[in-house]
Amino acid sequence: MGENGAGKTTLAKQLNGLLKPTLGRVTVDGDDTTKKSVAQLSRKVGIVFQNPDHLLFSETVREEVGFALKNFGFEPGVVVKQVERTLEALDLAHYADTSPFLLSGGERKRVALAAVLAWEPDYLILDEPTIGQDYQQKERLRNFILQLNSQGKAVVMVTHDVEFVAECNPKVVLMSKGEIVAQGQADEVLSDDGLIEKASLVKPQMAKLFSQLSEFGFPRDVVDVHRAKMLLGEKLSEVRVRVAQSS
Amino acid sequence: MSLRVLNGFKFSSLKTPVHRLDPRAKFLLVIGIIVPSLLFTNIYLLVGLLIVQVPLLMVGRVTKRWLQSLRAGVFLSALIFVVNFFTGPLVNAVALTLRFLLLMTTFSFFFMTTSPDDLGLAIDKVGFIRWLSRRWLGYPNALSFTFTTAVRLVPTMAVDAQTVVDAQRSRGLELDKGNLLKRVRNYIPILIPLLLIAIRRSLELAEALEARGFPGKERRTSLFELRFKPVDYLLLGISLGGIVLSFWVFFHYHVPTI
Repeated sequence: MGENGAGKTTLAKQLNGLLKPTLGRVTVDGDDTTKKSVAQLSRKVGIVFQNPDHLLFSETVREEVGFALKNFGFEPGVVVKQVERTLEALDLAHYADTSPFLLSGGERKRVALAAVLAWEPDYLILDEPTIGQDYQQKERLRNFILQLNSQGKAVVMVTHDVEFVAECNPKVVLMSKGEIVAQGQADEVLSDDGLIEKASLVKPQMAKLFSQLSEFGFPRDVVDVHRAKMLLGEKLSEVRVRVAQSS
Repeated sequence: MSLRVLNGFKFSSLKTPVHRLDPRAKFLLVIGIIVPSLLFTNIYLLVGLLIVQVPLLMVGRVTKRWLQSLRAGVFLSALIFVVNFFTGPLVNAVALTLRFLLLMTTFSFFFMTTSPDDLGLAIDKVGFIRWLSRRWLGYPNALSFTFTTAVRLVPTMAVDAQTVVDAQRSRGLELDKGNLLKRVRNYIPILIPLLLIAIRRSLELAEALEARGFPGKERRTSLFELRFKPVDYLLLGISLGGIVLSFWVFFHYHVPTI
């Protein structure tokens, strides 16, 4: 996370070799990115670009999703199977023979995601995946990311959407003016006024609430609803007991 | 990457004496260089016209980008050279290649040092274009606006093109792989998104313009007015002189042409 022009996308592009380091070294699983082609690295590191219009070109969603698989030299049988699986997983199966250009913005974004997920990269990089998505789709995306995560895949997300991040409470890397200014668990980073301002973000609502509640003895580093509910619930039952005792 | 060519035609917002020249005078200079280079194939003349521009590029501080665009144009000039080498004498091949480089340099010089806004203002001043625009499109500023928009969109399109290339390369597309036919086909996944983005953008632009009351009134005023400075008159004189001289020589002497 970080302000516009902080270098988030530049960093992401380093990871599959679209950009090569001018200074220092970037390694993916121990391989120096300067020694591998973009195609070789992309097999491992899949980047989903922000705007689906930049990559959709096929006549049908099915072809679109299969494009990368053909490029990577998968067997025809495997291509068909993988495409079906990915479309199923992203709830796009009924659009398989539709032109991607006839779909809505949110659906096109999902097709773009499917086009990368199809080859099951070990590392998935999502550039601003929540822009232009309604609440339900965001919720679905979150579940999907968590599911991938539990399958042992690393998901890196470039985003401004603090609320979305807060609910997952992942590891956050804050960037500003081309440098990493902080990294750590989301509840630590996103509740820190100084860091938030530096990266020109806004605090998640829970963090705002809890920084004001700190005078009642609540911790400040709360960003997600679940932990908030737990803490407030504890306090509430504590107070209830006290009221019952005093009356 | 072939897209680097476009860098050599992108406006660089610097404040050098070359940037401050009146765009009309500068455009006439471009014509003054193009006319003789198209009329004659004398190698000394072509080389001379090329060298004349180097100090201008240096003053405008765009030499580096010009060289970049030249390097990107090497493939095309080699093609021109080879084709002409097999169809005619060596001198012709050299002259035509030089002519290509010269034209590229001249346009690159003009577009790198002239802001699209100035260009629009300049075109708007030409009475003939205003008249033509009113006849065709019913509004005197429409043609100049169309041109300015087209020029303006070049850098935006270049950024889009780079993103599309990046996105497709991330999907395992290798542009410079395979035989010639395959290589041409490799560009389909680049060109289709680019075309669609351009069409979509133009529709959005049209809506935005209508929302802001385009075309507006007949007599539009502008914040900055173009005015000729002494140096512009000098440039105008040299260019006009060059053009007239070129035509005079061309029609009075039998100059061999290709």
